[in-house]
Amino acid sequence: MDAFVPPVTPVQARRKRSLLWSVRGPITRRQYLLLAALGLIVPLAGWWLLSEFGGVNKVFLPAPPDVLRRIATWWVDDNLASDIGISIYRVVGGWALSALVALPVGLAIGTFRPVQALLEPLTDFIRYMPAVAFIPLVMLWVGIDEGSKIAIIFIGTFFQMVLMVAEDVRRVPTAQIEAAQTMGATRMELIEKVIVPSAKPALVDTLRITMGWAWTYLVVAELVAASSGLGYAILKAQRFLQTDKIFAGILLIGAIGLCIDQMFRFLHRRAFPWLKGGK
Amino acid sequence: MSTSAKTKIAIRNCNKIFGEGEKKVVALQDANLDIAQNEFITFVGASGCGKSTLLRMIGGLETLSSGDISIDGHAIDGPGIDRAMVFQHYSLYPWLTVRENIRFCRQLKAHTENRSSADVEAASGRADALLNLMGLTASAQAYPNQLSGGMQQRVAIARALMGRPEILLMDEPFGALDAQTREVMHDLTCAVHKIERATIVFVTHDVEEAIYLGDRVVLMAPRPGRIDTVFKVPLPEKRDKNMKHSPEFLKMKLEILDRIRETSGMKTDLEQLEKLSALANS
Repeated sequence: MDAFVPPVTPVQARRKRSLLWSVRGPITRRQYLLLAALGLIVPLAGWWLLSEFGGVNKVFLPAPPDVLRRIATWWVDDNLASDIGISIYRVVGGWALSALVALPVGLAIGTFRPVQALLEPLTDFIRYMPAVAFIPLVMLWVGIDEGSKIAIIFIGTFFQMVLMVAEDVRRVPTAQIEAAQTMGATRMELIEKVIVPSAKPALVDTLRITMGWAWTYLVVAELVAASSGLGYAILKAQRFLQTDKIFAGILLIGAIGLCIDQMFRFLHRRAFPWLKGGK
Repeated sequence: MSTSAKTKIAIRNCNKIFGEGEKKVVALQDANLDIAQNEFITFVGASGCGKSTLLRMIGGLETLSSGDISIDGHAIDGPGIDRAMVFQHYSLYPWLTVRENIRFCRQLKAHTENRSSADVEAASGRADALLNLMGLTASAQAYPNQLSGGMQQRVAIARALMGRPEILLMDEPFGALDAQTREVMHDLTCAVHKIERATIVFVTHDVEEAIYLGDRVVLMAPRPGRIDTVFKVPLPEKRDKNMKHSPEFLKMKLEILDRIRETSGMKTDLEQLEKLSALANS
């Protein structure tokens, strides 16, 4: 066996490269952070360079400092805090209303086959209807006050949420349910003590993801006769060619969404410590 | 088990058909069997022989297409607390600690109606005793995800025993464990049978496991699923690892394996293989 000794260095060098690019291969924390930072900094730097030296008119592409300055003046002169507040209120309101209905309905669809037969095909159909197209109807039915904005966000998120909740509930392992049945659990006990606690981590994830979708419907919702909010500010800025304000609004919505997302992830880690263990 | 032992589970003319029309599959055809009180009976057979279906029917998790199953002379109607079941995997509640999993049935009305404070204390003592019996005392506060597969199955067995079921149904409970762990679990299961005095119905595809654990081995055959032969295991009641090398044990193992091959169509596969290799050699 020791008659042939392969050259050591080239083999090892090749190995190192192939590990990083192997499918689902390992990555060190350092490499991860480096790449993550790179992924954020490169587009930002690209944007800055393009706006400063790319010969693009600032009206079309404001530089990062312009956008920051705009956020500052917006905060001081134009009451940015209240725009943020009203937008968060609309998004969270529409999303919470949607969750309030979607959780029990999804639970019923995922638990009882007759309810699934009755509601799932209908929901599947409605969810492909564009939420934006409901605006005229919503204006007719709900009016043009706060209710209409919340209604648009509700329509945008509810039907997807129901189906995701139903799927989360269906993913509860049958063995967990059957074990409780052989221990004498009643139907209500199965739902309360097995299905809901078992599906809870997945449900929190569903709520987190649908919260993201709710934010994407904000601008659409604020098309409806709004006079405040981040989405409205973006639309108004377009009329006055305030590109920096458009940028500011979009970035702010992104940042708020990211914060809420991280809050959900934090909650998920704190609430379900039993998920750790790796088996 | 003597012939005069009281019949605990009576299976009469049981049929189970899945699907309808063209897709109809006979999962179990005309099964008849008496299982005695306190007996340890094992079902073995190739996949599709209906052994799990029959077990699930006893557990009330599967309905019967025709025939009936009765416990102590009463026909069963759905699951009941007299018949606890241990599954192959994914049956533990990962959000509960080991101790909470074992005590799970105490949260259910079926186990707590009319309970006195003495009863609550007894339950607490019972949980401790089961933790002890299963060697789980040190892991009582751990979550299932932190345990090995063998430990998880110990929790599942302890949880099933918590409600003092008269019948313990085990559906390939050690199928996902490695060979060494499985041996330990065999002796543990024998101890449980002795201490808890439950009637145990145990489904497996491992012939050795079936003989080592069972007072009787029920061999089942596929297409259609049916009971083929019932073997009485010629080993002393108290089992020992060394018995796996005894001539009686090996003879029975060969006999059962042969019969499984004959009934499951594997024999024709083997003949086909021999023909092919003969062709290749010529």
